Amino acid sequence: MNKWFRTGKPWIWLTAGAVSVSLIAVIGLVIMIGWRGLSFFWPSAIHEMDVLQADGSTKHIIGEVYDTETVPTTRLPQSMIDLAQIESETVTRYLMKIGNREYVPLDFTWVLESLVSEDTTPADLAVIERSKDGNFYGRITALTENGEVIARQGDADFRELMYQRVERAVELNLQAMGLQEGEISSINYQLNELELERRRLQLDDQLTEQAIADLQAQREQLNADYQVYEKELFELREQAQRDALLVKDFRGEEVKVPMYRVLDVNFPNDMGFFAKLAHFFQQLGKFVSEDPREANTEGGVFPAIFGTVFMVLLMSVIVTPFGVVAAVYLHEYAGKNSITKLIRIAVINLAGVPSIVYGVFGLGFFVYMVGGSLDQIFYPEALPNPTFGTPGVLWSAVTLAILTLPVVIVSTEEGLARIPSTLREGSLALGATKWETIWRIIIPMASPAIMTGLILAVARAAGEVAPLMLVGVVKSAPMLPVDGNFPYFHLDRKFMHLGFHIYDVGFQSPNVEAARPLVYATSFLLITVIVGLNLTAIGVRNHLREKYRSLEH
Amino acid sequence: MATQSAQQLSANRIRLLKDRFARYGVTAGGVMVLVALLLIFFYLLYVVQPIFESVSLKKVNSFTLPESGQVEAVGMEEQAEIGYRFLRDGELQFFSLIDKNERQSGDILLRESFAQPEQISSFARTLPVNHQYAYGLTTGEAVVVEPKFSVTFPQTVATAATDRVERVITPRIEVKNNGEPLLIDEQQRALQKLAYETDGEGMLFAAAVEQNTLLITHFVAEENFMTGAVTLTPNYTEIPLNSAIDNIVVTPDLRQVLVRRGNRVHVFDISISGTVSERELLPMRTRELGNATGMYLLAGASSILLTHDSGKVSQWFEVPGDEGRQYQYIRSFDAGSPVTSIEVEYYRRTFYTLSENGDMNIFHTTSEADLFQGQPTESRIERVMVDPRANYLLMKTADGYGLFDVDNEHPEVTWSGLWQEVWYEGYPEPEYTWQSTSGSDDFESKFSLVPISFGTIKAAAYAMLFAVPIGLAAAVYTAYFMSPSVRKFVKPTVEIMEALPTVILGFLAGLWLAPLVEAYLPGFIAVLVLMPLAVIAMAAIWSQMPTNIKNKVHDGRAALLLIPVVMLTGWLSFEISPWIEQVLFDGDARRYITNELGVTFDQRNSLVVGIAMGFAVIPTIFSIAEDAVFSVPKHLSNGSLALGATPWQTLTKVVLLTASPGIFSAVMMGLGRAVGETMIVLMATGNTPIMDWNIFEGMRTLSANIAVEMPESEVGSSHYRILFLAAFVLFIFTFFFNTIAEFVRQRLRDKYSSM
Repeated sequence: MNKWFRTGKPWIWLTAGAVSVSLIAVIGLVIMIGWRGLSFFWPSAIHEMDVLQADGSTKHIIGEVYDTETVPTTRLPQSMIDLAQIESETVTRYLMKIGNREYVPLDFTWVLESLVSEDTTPADLAVIERSKDGNFYGRITALTENGEVIARQGDADFRELMYQRVERAVELNLQAMGLQEGEISSINYQLNELELERRRLQLDDQLTEQAIADLQAQREQLNADYQVYEKELFELREQAQRDALLVKDFRGEEVKVPMYRVLDVNFPNDMGFFAKLAHFFQQLGKFVSEDPREANTEGGVFPAIFGTVFMVLLMSVIVTPFGVVAAVYLHEYAGKNSITKLIRIAVINLAGVPSIVYGVFGLGFFVYMVGGSLDQIFYPEALPNPTFGTPGVLWSAVTLAILTLPVVIVSTEEGLARIPSTLREGSLALGATKWETIWRIIIPMASPAIMTGLILAVARAAGEVAPLMLVGVVKSAPMLPVDGNFPYFHLDRKFMHLGFHIYDVGFQSPNVEAARPLVYATSFLLITVIVGLNLTAIGVRNHLREKYRSLEH
Repeated sequence: MATQSAQQLSANRIRLLKDRFARYGVTAGGVMVLVALLLIFFYLLYVVQPIFESVSLKKVNSFTLPESGQVEAVGMEEQAEIGYRFLRDGELQFFSLIDKNERQSGDILLRESFAQPEQISSFARTLPVNHQYAYGLTTGEAVVVEPKFSVTFPQTVATAATDRVERVITPRIEVKNNGEPLLIDEQQRALQKLAYETDGEGMLFAAAVEQNTLLITHFVAEENFMTGAVTLTPNYTEIPLNSAIDNIVVTPDLRQVLVRRGNRVHVFDISISGTVSERELLPMRTRELGNATGMYLLAGASSILLTHDSGKVSQWFEVPGDEGRQYQYIRSFDAGSPVTSIEVEYYRRTFYTLSENGDMNIFHTTSEADLFQGQPTESRIERVMVDPRANYLLMKTADGYGLFDVDNEHPEVTWSGLWQEVWYEGYPEPEYTWQSTSGSDDFESKFSLVPISFGTIKAAAYAMLFAVPIGLAAAVYTAYFMSPSVRKFVKPTVEIMEALPTVILGFLAGLWLAPLVEAYLPGFIAVLVLMPLAVIAMAAIWSQMPTNIKNKVHDGRAALLLIPVVMLTGWLSFEISPWIEQVLFDGDARRYITNELGVTFDQRNSLVVGIAMGFAVIPTIFSIAEDAVFSVPKHLSNGSLALGATPWQTLTKVVLLTASPGIFSAVMMGLGRAVGETMIVLMATGNTPIMDWNIFEGMRTLSANIAVEMPESEVGSSHYRILFLAAFVLFIFTFFFNTIAEFVRQRLRDKYSSM
């Protein structure tokens, strides 16, 4: 044995153990996030339980089993142990999501397994997804129109009728929302623009009577339009309020759930595997395409996806030319002198400087200094309200462009280094200038490497949060940076970001428990995008290497 | 033919021109990278630099006012447009400080007299924040006056084209108690010395009558709920003392009266009901400081300042001790020559002293800074007054008044204050403290970078403790022992780890790992012990395997073989965790640590940060170290093996030694990343700036501190600039490590290429 130890074999295996630990950590992490994120969309069974209470009575609850954990008995209060007559050392308890937020103080409750006297999953239990106050659990008993019952549970086509009405309400809500976010928001935007126009004229000393009258006329026109739309909006809302559902909740009381709040009704206990699968994809689709609700703890993450993508695209536009030019300089032009050495050190350091420092720099330099000056010169009419002198999507993109510059440079330079020098020499020998060689031969050949660098930069930028917290990201942006109002791209607006969404919902939301699955789902989305981008980059790079290896011979 | 070649020539010229432009353009682009880095460096420095600037004074205006007896007090409003002065003969005069519209500087705008000159026996003023003044009369009464200003924006002054409306400030006077004098002495003796403070409703007067009798008169305000009228109920106390009273000071919370008689300073407590009791006598240090000559209250009203005939000014405040809170000598400032008067600022701990030799000094107590010394005016300064925003100083000299622009933005910050222990008001001893903001205006900011720098080092240290062994071991194995087919898959996988957004790691650390660590703490400790044992046991078992199996799965694939072992050990450790807890920690590890070991246990602690951040740092270390080990020339290791060394001996004696600079550089890069990491620390710790190596407590790091506080700091404030300084420190720190690492790596590359 001693001899075996002296060969060093055990130590080699220990180092191998380190590799295994790292591998398990990475793969386990991704799998865990994926599992937790995706299982959120899978419809879970709704339990109806009778739970023994401390005073001897039983409590009836309806809800989903959200989490299960095993705790040592010693952590429970003595009265609870006596009640449940627990003798084992550990005990299982469930975290139940019972919803019905307006009728209970907390929509989550812990239930001790040993106190549950009856546990069933009846097929007629419904989950009503609502736009406000979260889910509602219960048995739907009737459908009402203008306060009068038009169909009851048990009627032949009750569910069909109910779904029709749900669809109608959702449709009306969509129309109202479209009106509000489309026409009405456009009018508000134009009114705001008119006010700015007035200020502008005033500052330029051109506010003549004629101009005032013009502006006034336009304003009146807009206000008149607004009245029309507003009336339309109220009508839509009025219509949406017609129907309601009568639901028997966990207390056995019949409660009215107005239809205009209802987004969807499901009977998970009544679903087969394929129905559940369909539901799963439907929920997934909603998650990526809808706006968040209830202080980001419910609904989708569409604005965050949009904000992330938009910011990253903007960043790519900025970083690519600079990165490529710097790489071309370093590889094709730079002589072997101290300046080149300094630049290389600068590149390494730009890659190593903590991202929060970029945030601080971006806030001070871009937002307050550059943005503030832009406001003074181009937007004096809006002052003291800042236009560009406040954090926004443009400054975020510029800040991240500096942050990701080294990624593009390093990757591009690597690509340039792989191009055989015979190609350059051939081109020069045929009479092309150096620039023509680079522009016509080298850069097209290096384009996959540039692509790789860009993909890596995008992946890095998509996951970066700390600097964005200072230069433009917000928890909830009422308006996307792109909309139908001229000039369509509003680079001064703040935006939402997937990474920040995770931080915000996970740590700053009032109801962390309810939001947790959403955070996992968002994390999974982000990880999928980033790992996907990285794998693509690795793939492109490997492909490139193979290609040039064949060229060299 | 000729024209064709001419065309060709010109075409060539254009091509060459293009080539030259491209060269310049590309070079400019390349140099831009350097410029970007320098820009960050210099911009941060540019923002930070003002906090270390000293005070500068610039004369704005000077004017004279009509001759008038002795001036008791001068003051000005916050825009520094209008000043006022209280005269010995009982008159208040408002005057213009600058030329504006039809007002000329020195114009008297409003004047009012409150008592006959012969009636007036004393004068008192509150702290600048309360800006009230009181005349003590020979009849035992006092008149309380408050100069007030109303700001209006009348449209008539507005210029036609712009809607910028000129601001017009008009002074007015409010005499308290509906213009009636308040009776201070029931026996109607002349008030020879007077001190006055108010908390908005209640009023507290302390007066000296007949040389050595102290009167304390407390007016309790009661509001009638029906009518809203306030009635003042007086509460008289008389305390005979055995020698003449020199100074009296009343604190604005109306709970203390301090009386100085020569070198004796008495502290009287006033209870809420109005009972007066003498608490303590200040232990004066006459040998060290000299005899006391005056007593003043500092802004915030927690500290008193005593002037001494040695030219020193000493600061005292209450410190919690064994016998409750007691005044204690804290620090002293040297004005050079005996101080005749002190003027304090409205909110900050800055004060201005005038000395016998005519010098003016500016000090700040918290930072112990001597900000200014000298004579800004030609003639001797008699009085000095600062405006509420501390932007202007009004000086009364022998031949008139001078208004000075004072540039003193960041008196509370000094280099030593940032990095050394400071004795803050109310603290039992000097401490390193970071507490940047509070609800009140006169809060004493505590800017010590030590606790947050310590937190940064602590977080990085625990992360490195976790990451260096795993990262390096994994790198060595992957580069040196692993079979190429496995390596092709392992390397990118570990490198993907680097791309994982840290916000996700932080979220998992805070919401998943932290509760897990809390619940399964013994399990986590068990993993540390069991994992190496299990791996070695597996190695031993494998070495006993028949040769044909061993050859199929040789050492190069050991990592794959170990995956189930590692998973099993991990699972086992967690399974036995409750059992260990039962046997060793009485069933609750957390309670055991808190109660038996006396160690604070936070759920989000350094252990969690160490694991999560270690996870983020592993790929950095792994990737660079792996490259370094892998690029060690093969002939070196082959030579060693050929001479009979075992693979392990070759590794430790040849390969690692050769690659050691690369490994060093990997660790440096990892450290740089750990130091700057923000999101993980932000989410996985409680962000409390404490200084303790305890692994079960959290920390606050420079980066997390910036992320938390930057959005709410006011642009241009000391806080804002100190946060920039924190960023600058981070920048320099990582710059240092990265540059060293890069340098070492370059050297290594040269070395390999020569081998």
